[in-house]
Amino acid sequence: MKTSGWISSLVPPLAFGLAFLGVWELIVAVFDIAPFTLPAPSAIWSAFIERFDQVLEETLVTGTNALIGFVLGIVVGSLTGLLTVRFGVVESLLTPLAVAVNAIPIVVIVPILNNMLFGTTSQVPRRLMVMLIVYFVVFVNVSKGLRQVSPTHLELMRSYAATPTEILYKVRVPNAMGYLFTAMRIAAPLAVITAFVAEYFGGVQNGLATGVRNSLNGSKDVTWAYVIGASALGLTFYLVSSGLERLHGGKQTSG
Amino acid sequence: MTETSEQTGQAPVDHAVEVVTASMVFNEGGSARVAALDAVDLVVEPGDFVSLIGPSGCGKSTLLRLIANLLDPTSGEVRVNGKSAAQARLDQDYGMAFQKSGLFDWRTVAKNIELPLELKGWDKRRRAVRVSEMLELVKLPDRGANMPWELSGGQQQRIAIARALASHPPLLLMDEPFGALDEMTREHMQSELLQICAATDTTVVFVTHSIPEAVYLSDRVVVMSAGPGRITDTIDVDLGGARDEETREDDAFYKKITEVREALRGSEMATGARGIEDR
Repeated sequence: MKTSGWISSLVPPLAFGLAFLGVWELIVAVFDIAPFTLPAPSAIWSAFIERFDQVLEETLVTGTNALIGFVLGIVVGSLTGLLTVRFGVVESLLTPLAVAVNAIPIVVIVPILNNMLFGTTSQVPRRLMVMLIVYFVVFVNVSKGLRQVSPTHLELMRSYAATPTEILYKVRVPNAMGYLFTAMRIAAPLAVITAFVAEYFGGVQNGLATGVRNSLNGSKDVTWAYVIGASALGLTFYLVSSGLERLHGGKQTSG
Repeated sequence: MTETSEQTGQAPVDHAVEVVTASMVFNEGGSARVAALDAVDLVVEPGDFVSLIGPSGCGKSTLLRLIANLLDPTSGEVRVNGKSAAQARLDQDYGMAFQKSGLFDWRTVAKNIELPLELKGWDKRRRAVRVSEMLELVKLPDRGANMPWELSGGQQQRIAIARALASHPPLLLMDEPFGALDEMTREHMQSELLQICAATDTTVVFVTHSIPEAVYLSDRVVVMSAGPGRITDTIDVDLGGARDEETREDDAFYKKITEVREALRGSEMATGARGIEDR
């Protein structure tokens, strides 16, 4: 019953997607559109199959950058969130800084980092960019979760003569877990997009965006093959993180 | 009433709670200055069940929080078990229950009851023994492994009471614990609370909006008025013998309800405040 409901909810979008591809194929055929303008879905698919190893390799490069930046951003964001809620001084130092960093269009820093600090053979600047973007989302949400604790819980903990540290790890941290998973779901696609965009700004000649850029002069079916890789990567990040969120939420609020 | 040491020649007995001319002002010096309590005196003897009743804004919850040392009085003194309120809190001399059960969603029922014991540093085995005793006491012996949301409102409130009493505190402070329950559950919980208190020999200070609830539960009903919060009357409730469901039909019970209601009217007419349930 539940499974069939899940499947039937998939049918409309799938049907729409297939119809869309069909119309696309038809338009390309009827109007005889050149492949370097808009390739047909069938041509994109065969380019994708033909170059599967190449696309997979670039996807893994971009995916690794996104994943490393994502994990670092989560770790650093959570830790600084903990520090700010525990020590007021850290908050007055860090929060303006975090906001300021977020206001910089940080992808433009990539070429600077490439040239100045790490050299053009390093993936580090790309990973740093991803980390900064993820960091901000996680920091803001986790801080909120650590702070928005039920007043009744705080009064109870005070009546138990609990220390601030005990309140932190017995009330604030568990309370913030839901916020952390939400932050991860929001930040996961951002991590992939940032890793992708960062490749546009120079550095090592690999990754999905590099593949897209280098194929733009030739037949566009290769370009689109990389787009398939990018979409698959973004979708994977999103599905895994929202799956984790659901797993966590299901433990807590199923009634 | 306890006699003073001068009269009996014995060492003075520690009061369970002793509030001496305590005042509480919020936003002192600000434009929204609120005198929540004005020179309140209250003595609760060990074993007493005392209810605080009064209109919204009369400071009954504030008074409870002064006893719990969740707030410090602007002036005056609060002593619990012969110690300062702050020391009593540090010694976990009281347990507390609120209108919202305040159970932790991420902990099982058993883990919720364990929390004050964890913070007191009890070892795991001792905690487990105590938790099953408490679950037995509130008549939910099989629910330890459940999560809080799997329980009904009344059951959650029982767990909150079990948690408040887990570390054997001599004093139980309750802030409208049954305020969110339906009437049938509420009456049932009142009877159970009396049984639990008798079994554990606990002193209770109980904040409520409901006159019948206050009369049914209490040895003494303390009537308060608002603006600023004051104690206007204290009514002893002697209903003769044990209280059970029959008690609710007694003439003596109705007479006391009328007496408390009139005391509240008196304070209400003086201040024009509202917010008392008559049911």
